Amino acid sequence: MSCCGPGANYDEIDEVSRFVAGRLAAFLATLRDNGFAVGLHEGQDAASLMTSGYAAKPGLLRSAFKHLFSARKSDWEKFDGLFDAFWLGKRLRSRSTTMGSAKAANNPSLKSLPNNPGDPRAGGDSAMDQIPSADEAPEDRAGEGRMEGASTASNIAEIDFRKMTEPGQIEQAHAAAARLARIMRTRLTRRDLARRRGYRLDLRRTIHGNISHGGVPISLVKRQRKEKPLRLVILLDASGSMSMYTGVFLRFIHGVLDEFRQAEAFLFHTRLAHVSDAMKEKDAARALDRLSIMAQGAGGGTRIGESLQTFNRWHAARVIHSRTCVMIVSDGYETGDAMLLGREMAALSKRCRRIAWLNPMMAWEGYAPEAAGIKAALPHVDLYAPANTLNSLIALEPYLARL
Amino acid sequence: MKSRDEIAERLAASGYIADSELATAVSLMQLLKRPLLLEGEAGVGKTEVAKALAKMHTTELIRLQCYEGLDQSAALYEWNYQRQLLAIQAHRGEQAEGIEDQIFSEKYLLERPLLAAIRRHKAPVLLIDEIDRADDEFEAFLLELLSDFQVSIPELGTIAAVTIPHVILTSNGTRELSDALRRRCLYHYVDYPDVDREARIIMARIDGASTSLSLQIARMVEGIRKEELRKVPGVAETLDWAAALVGIDVRDLHDAPEIVHDTLMCLLKTHEDKSRVTREVTERLLGKVA
Repeated sequence: MSCCGPGANYDEIDEVSRFVAGRLAAFLATLRDNGFAVGLHEGQDAASLMTSGYAAKPGLLRSAFKHLFSARKSDWEKFDGLFDAFWLGKRLRSRSTTMGSAKAANNPSLKSLPNNPGDPRAGGDSAMDQIPSADEAPEDRAGEGRMEGASTASNIAEIDFRKMTEPGQIEQAHAAAARLARIMRTRLTRRDLARRRGYRLDLRRTIHGNISHGGVPISLVKRQRKEKPLRLVILLDASGSMSMYTGVFLRFIHGVLDEFRQAEAFLFHTRLAHVSDAMKEKDAARALDRLSIMAQGAGGGTRIGESLQTFNRWHAARVIHSRTCVMIVSDGYETGDAMLLGREMAALSKRCRRIAWLNPMMAWEGYAPEAAGIKAALPHVDLYAPANTLNSLIALEPYLARL
Repeated sequence: MKSRDEIAERLAASGYIADSELATAVSLMQLLKRPLLLEGEAGVGKTEVAKALAKMHTTELIRLQCYEGLDQSAALYEWNYQRQLLAIQAHRGEQAEGIEDQIFSEKYLLERPLLAAIRRHKAPVLLIDEIDRADDEFEAFLLELLSDFQVSIPELGTIAAVTIPHVILTSNGTRELSDALRRRCLYHYVDYPDVDREARIIMARIDGASTSLSLQIARMVEGIRKEELRKVPGVAETLDWAAALVGIDVRDLHDAPEIVHDTLMCLLKTHEDKSRVTREVTERLLGKVA
């Protein structure tokens, strides 16, 4: 097979017949529809490839295009199918992803609560981190000049999310959650900066900076501590038993992802889904629409252990670094294997800095963490906190700031 | 431009057994003058590609190992401050401008990998290893360098590339890379080799490994990779194990199941994995190896 000389000339695009150019443009559009980031430059390169020897065999052209257009592993894996479908007319299965499909419904749904009398907040293990109780939180904050909508927010802050019934109330709660996420982000960063202090002397830079003084070290340069920003990874339980809370937390996550420089979000019920991309949609309503489909696959029990296993196996290496806080929002009703949950929690706690488990049911009267799932998980949790009102979310902020 | 079969052959001659996809990637690199981004699990031989490429072109391999906090002075260039200071002391009393011209000249410039790569007369292979470990800022800077291939040094002016290096970037996926950098590069996902290719790799690298033994080893390793392990053995581990077996003079894995099990430490690198692959598991896997 002979190919063109080095430095393929873009003028050769003219030689590509109109028909081929049109087909190529359509192919690029197909790729873009499937999430490939294909720019003009790639298009030009593709055209020059088609005039060179690469077009002689479909297999060769496919391989060449694959390298050119793919940018990540997921692209790499679906490219062959797309190419064959477009150029060779082979059928491709519909690309809609199935999330926790309808057959999940045969799992027993867990709606009833174990009504155990006794200490209502028995989760406060002494080994765990403490956060100020929700009661003192509002006063703390009052002096810190958060002016926006204080009067309306204060009423709503105390109401349990599940008791909000009027659409207007829910809307307000959503907005407050988003705002809260924003505030948390800015605060954390400012504290980060305030605390950062240089320490050791940077000899090279000091000498360099003092060359103008003939080498006499007059102004000293200190080495800057380079801190990784805190990364937040949120795992949200979207199962049926959590349905009253899912909406608000989705909104909260949307706010956090938008504002945190580094945050990742996952949904789980019977399966685990990475939702950061869907959540990064600027328009909150549209993002929630995209997600509601994923979240609705739920209702058929919760496999927390299996979901965590998936997370540890496929995602943890990428999304967790040494300054990562993993936040699990779940009621801990595990319908799968509680032993597995315990094992996976142990593995996860070895990887990340802190695990915070937010349980909206914790504040319910008469609730005790007796379910097998939560019992297995608690030994590995650093912070076990309620998350049923906006105030309880606000109370998390100082905790996160200390990490 | 050479055909991809020819490239595969020449890579094989340099000690790297490439599949046809990778050969295509290498030929595209030359045709389009784009960097090649290699992603894949640790130990699948990403770095080896660059080494083989350098051998193939009989040119120098310049390697930049990325790490957290890597900055321009470690990657691009730095002034030799100590020598500059000495020069200032030695020329005390002379015209300031004269000294300045002197100490900010090539003689006092320390080349770091990126600058070195664009100033060679024969285009070298530039390996930017584990780019995912570097910070976002560095990635942005690299992007600029990879599109213009020129560097501006405030005291000296702009230095344009003498030759465009063959750039290979590798990533283990510990961090998500920016879309801009991904778009700039050709992409190739390096997977664990299949049995055939792994056997050929063993034969190419280990002297004295027979065809049948190499095939057995490759099949055994394939079986082990399918077990639930924390750290899946890569090609380098396979080669270690093959070297060990050849060194102990094992001709056939079935003849020495004991040795096979005892030498598995070449492949299994955590206590957990070691205890998971018991004698029974080894025997079961050996049973599947024809």
